[in-house]
Formats: sequence, structure tokens, C-alpha cells
Amino acid sequence: MKTMMGLINLEPELDLYEELTYFRSGASLPFAGRYRLIDFTLSNMVHSSIQEVAIFAQNKYRSLMDHVGSGAAWDLDRRHGGVFILPPDWNDPTDISKGDLRHFHNNIDYFTRGKSEYVLISGSQFIANTSYDDFFKHHLDQEADVTLLTTSYETLLPEHEKFIKVDTDSDGWVTSLSHDKKKQRLFTGVYVLHRDLLLELVQECIAHYKSNLFMDGIMANLDQLKVQAYHYDGYSAVVNSVDSYYRQNMKLLETENYKKLFLSGNDILTKIGNQAPTIYHSGANSTNSLIATGCEINGEINNSIIFRDVKVAEDAVINNSIIMQHSTVESGVHLDNVIVDKDVIITKDQALQGANGQPFVIPKRKTI
Amino acid sequence: MKKECVTMLLAGGKGTRLQDLTKDLAKPAVPFGGKYRIIDFALSNCANSHMHTVGVLTQYSPLELHQHIGVGKPWDLDRMHHGLTALAPFTKDSGGSWYNGTADAITKNIDYVERYDPEYVLVISGDHIYHMDYDKMLQQHKETGADVTISVLEVPWEDTSRFGILNTAEDLRIYDFEEKPTNATSNLASMGIYIFNWKLLKKYLLDDAQQTDSEHDFGKNIIPSMLRDQHNLFAYRFEGYWKDVGTIQSYWEAHMDLFDKDLEKLVSNKDWRVYSHDSQFPPQLIEDNAVIDQALINNGCIVSGTVTKSILSENVHIAEGATVNQSIIFSGARIGENVHLERVIVQEGVVIPPNNTVISDPNEEPIILSDENIKTIHN
Repeated sequence: MKTMMGLINLEPELDLYEELTYFRSGASLPFAGRYRLIDFTLSNMVHSSIQEVAIFAQNKYRSLMDHVGSGAAWDLDRRHGGVFILPPDWNDPTDISKGDLRHFHNNIDYFTRGKSEYVLISGSQFIANTSYDDFFKHHLDQEADVTLLTTSYETLLPEHEKFIKVDTDSDGWVTSLSHDKKKQRLFTGVYVLHRDLLLELVQECIAHYKSNLFMDGIMANLDQLKVQAYHYDGYSAVVNSVDSYYRQNMKLLETENYKKLFLSGNDILTKIGNQAPTIYHSGANSTNSLIATGCEINGEINNSIIFRDVKVAEDAVINNSIIMQHSTVESGVHLDNVIVDKDVIITKDQALQGANGQPFVIPKRKTI
Repeated sequence: MKKECVTMLLAGGKGTRLQDLTKDLAKPAVPFGGKYRIIDFALSNCANSHMHTVGVLTQYSPLELHQHIGVGKPWDLDRMHHGLTALAPFTKDSGGSWYNGTADAITKNIDYVERYDPEYVLVISGDHIYHMDYDKMLQQHKETGADVTISVLEVPWEDTSRFGILNTAEDLRIYDFEEKPTNATSNLASMGIYIFNWKLLKKYLLDDAQQTDSEHDFGKNIIPSMLRDQHNLFAYRFEGYWKDVGTIQSYWEAHMDLFDKDLEKLVSNKDWRVYSHDSQFPPQLIEDNAVIDQALINNGCIVSGTVTKSILSENVHIAEGATVNQSIIFSGARIGENVHLERVIVQEGVVIPPNNTVISDPNEEPIILSDENIKTIHN
């Protein structure tokens, strides 16, 4: 049976989330009340019978290592295979590679030792609940060299502009890749190819002092490679800025979107934390909100996302906000359009307000 | 490998008075508090008291219980050389039989205990909701030089007839033990938690096994014989919340206690955590028209109706117009539109069709809604 190994390549990802990524990589950005962005990719990989996953970590990966740990939450704590977090560690004195090719060059063992012939490469910014089985089957059926996972959105938002857009002929063969802002069909950053081809492209790119596998290895060779596109039309989201992060979180307060992302398909897996159920005391109320476990709620919460272990005191009112893990909102506080990072304390009677759609961000561990 | 103390956790009982809740489920595996199972409290106490060698004696309907405890991972009891071992009845060369009494269950597992060559054996059960540091009790046991230490709790005088009552001297030495006395002379009730010197216990277990008229029970046989033989029995005074959830009424009361601000730390105390299995449901979604006033709500719930003073386990949906008051809803249940529930317990996965009302008589035990009886209520 033909199988895939996974690679989550974080090297080319920029930290685009201002204060939210001062202390963490984008991949470990908390999302939707209990997840980190990388959970979606990891879950989709294990739901596609991928049994070994490497993560090319680039910087600020402490929180990522803590989160992924042994991989047990994704059943990736295996005797054989499992998860490998590969931070930058360059030992080869003759190494001339640059950019993400450095990661490939220095971790070539992962690909040669792995039992799978095919490699599925992904970033961490594509949020969906799917399995890559049909995508992989399409790749094999079409006898393509490379297959790209694409999707499209009815309304093009600023977060979609930064993605590579894909044009294909009627048989699904990719004819052009560009950053054309007007085009609908975007490349999700997920692609699959044979291990031998991957290693060949890596060698070639390094030999020509290139620095980006996808841009220099695949995009630049579009005329020589058989590149297919496979379209995903389920619910998905992409994030790459504070605004899009806020917007895509808030979209999940609509029951229909919540059900599409979480209740159709498999469970999205994340690190578990042994929290008690959330307790609401008398005087508490909450409407149209997504609330994780371990919270203690005495105040009022509307149109908001509350992560694990958050405390909301009496007479506090939280509207249109995202409050991350372990934060405390003291009594009489009013929040509107605010993103509160982890371990923050908002002291008594503070009123904080962001602009509509442009949230005010309070960085990790602040006391305000 | 030698261990100072081995814990034997009795988890084989049916808990007959829990009626439908234990129809296909051992009492220790009955859900509690929106996330836990009753046995989680005892197992978490073990983890928090550094009792890391734990034999769990199972017998009645053990499937879910075995799946729940597994190799003990949630309690950090998945250890290389000791940790958690499920001890179900077994056969061997000389035959085999069910566990016939609490003492018999230990007697049949003497081989397990001896593997660790312990000085002491702690006997507990998986039936109660409480936080207790067993290590403190063990320290007292060593300090007093006792042969047996029994954990006791002061109960209201009017309740003494429901408990095993211990009479003690001022230094807590036990001189008398009465099972459910009508005229008690003490209000110190046994909590069914014992520490024995293993060598002595082993002798009494082997003797007791020979007695054909014995019920092979710690409270009825082993403790009284040890008292008769004038061994050193001491009481250990426990102070704190302890609830026997042996009846539907007490089970429901224990849940309502979770809203008591002094007691809520029962499940959310960061210094004495209660561990359980976690699942991977998304965060709860509270919809536009929801009203929530005093509730304990777990992951995966979708709430559109009104929830007051109730506990929702994971993956419970409460439809619009429904009201759930003073009720306990187990995982996967679906409460239909305009359903009104008051003081009821809804079992796992039960679907309550729209427009039904179920209110328990305040003078009766709460009603348990199961797949079977929901049909009769609906029609």
C-alpha cells in the first residue's frame, strides 16, 4: 500500500500576528477556545493514516514543543514513526544550503529512514477538518509529480490575498501559479509528492543556491513537472494577521460554521489539560459564545471566545472578545473588541475597547 | 520490588440502590460531575497522596470500568515497575470463583500484594466523593504503632444508625465497633478506609477464608475478630467533605453541592486535582437565546435553552425553548425543543423528544430517564 509521511514546514511562515507572536510561533497560536493552529494540520494528517510527521521548527518553538510533546494527543507517540520536532540545528561544515532547504538538507535522514514513499507537505495556516486520503488518491490516479490542495472563498478577504493563486486547464493540470489578488482559487500550502522527487528537487535547489523549495523547486519548474490541483470545498479558514485571526475565530460563533468545522468529520485533536467542566455561578450569563472548560464565570459574556481556565468575576461584561487561557477578568471590567492573551489580569473596573473588526491586543502576562 | 504500602481499591460492587444507573455499569464507573466517574476521586486521592501501587478489584459489569482505568494513565499510574493493576476474578489450577465479600477479594489477590512485599496495605473503595491525603493517615498509623487504622468521620447523631460506628478512647484507640447501632454511644463513623499491617492482615484473611459462616467482609468479620483478639486499632479523624453516593437521592445531592461556593473546589481544586479521561470535543457553544444560571458545562455541549442549577456532561445538546433545572445530564444526551426537566437524571445518549415535561416529585428520589423509560414517558 502506498502511504505518506507528513512534513509541517514552519520555516517559510512569518510571525504575522504582532503581540500574539512575540513569544510563540504562528503555528502555536491559540485558536477557537482550546486549539493551537497546528492542531488542524496534525489532526488532518493522522486522520489520513499518516504515522510519521516531522515539524521543521524555525524560531520561538518553546510553546510548540510543549504543546506537541510526545505527540500522544494525536496518537503519534509511536514505537516506530510518530512525531519529530526538528529545530534548526546545522552541523554540516560543508553545507551551502539556504532558506528552508537548510532544513531539508540537515534532516535528510527523516525522509530516507521513513517507511513511506510519499511526502505530504503543509504549513500551519490552513484550518479545516478533513482527511487527505482523497487528495492522495487523486495524486496517484493522475500519476502527477506534484499535487496541490486548493480551495476558494466566496468573498476574497485580505487574508486570502497573500496566498498563491492557481490556474488549471480543464483536466486539473496547473498552468500558472501567481500572487494575482483577483483570482479566487488559492493554494492552501498543502501538497504531496514522491520522496525521490522531493530529494531530487532539494539537491537541485541547493546546487543553484536557491532558498525556497516550493518557489524555486516547484513553481519555477512548472513547465517540466506534472502538477495537478485537487480542490477542497469543505469549510476552511486561513489566518495570517491579527485581523484575520480575530475574524476567523468570530466566524465560529455561527452555529453552522461551528458544526462544519468541528462536528463534520473527525475530532480535531489537541493537547488535553484535565480541566473541570466550566462552572457558571448565579449572576453569570453567556450568549452566543464559545467557552472551553475549567472556567469560572460570574459575569456576562456575549459574542466571545473564552479559552480554558479563565476567571470572569461578577459584574464583568465581555463583548466581542477573545480571552486566552489562564487569564483573569476582575469585577466590573468592560471589554469590547479585545484580544486578551494568556495569563493576563484585567483589574477591577477597567474598561477596554478596540475598534470594530480591529481588536485591541493585550499581550501575554500583562496586568492591566 | 519492595513497596512500603500497597493500595487495594474495592471497585467490584454493583451499588444496587443506584437502580438504573448501575444497570450495566459498576458503581465506581457511574459518571459524576459532568466529566468524572465516581472512582476518579479515589484514584486521584491515590495519585495526590503518592500511593503509586494500586490494585483495583473489579467484578460487576467491568467493561466500562476497565476501559476507563486502562493502565492508569490519567492518574500517572502507568509506571514501569508498579502503578495500577486491574484485578478481576480469575481461575487457576485449583479452580476459581467470584469475589465473595470485600475480604475475600483481597485474599484471592494475596499473590499480587506479596509481589511488593509491603509493610502496610491501604484498603479503600471507589464509591465516595471526597479528597483525602492517605499519606497523612499512614503517618499516623506509623506514629501510633497501630496494627490497624480506620478512617472515621463525625456524622450527625441521627444518622449513626446508617453507619459502622467506632467507640474510641481519648487517644483514638478503638475499643468497640458496632455495625449500624440503634443506640449509638459515639458518632464516629467508619469511612471504609483501612490501613493494615500486612503480615497481620494476611493471617486474618487466611483464617477468615476457612470460616464457612463468615461473610468475608472487613466491617463484619475481619475488624471485629481483630478487636476481639485485642490488637491495636486506632481511628484516624478525617475532616472535610465526604459523600457516600450510594442512593439516587445522595447522588443528586452531591451534584447540587457542586454549586455551593464552599464545596465547588471538589472538582476544580488546583492543589488537589481530580483526574479523569479527557476527550476531544470542541468548546461548548452557547447560542443566542441561551440562559445559564448556575451550571457546570463540559466540552461539546450546544445550549440554546435555559439551564439552571444543572450539570451537563460532554456533547449534550439543549434545544431552544427547553428548560433544564436541578438536573444531571450524561454525555451525548439530546434535549428536544420545549422539553422541561426538573430534578431528573438523563442517562448517556438518551434523546428526549420535543414538548415533553418530566418533573420529579420533591418527596421522591429524582427520576432517571433511560432509553427504555423515555418511550413510556413520551407516549
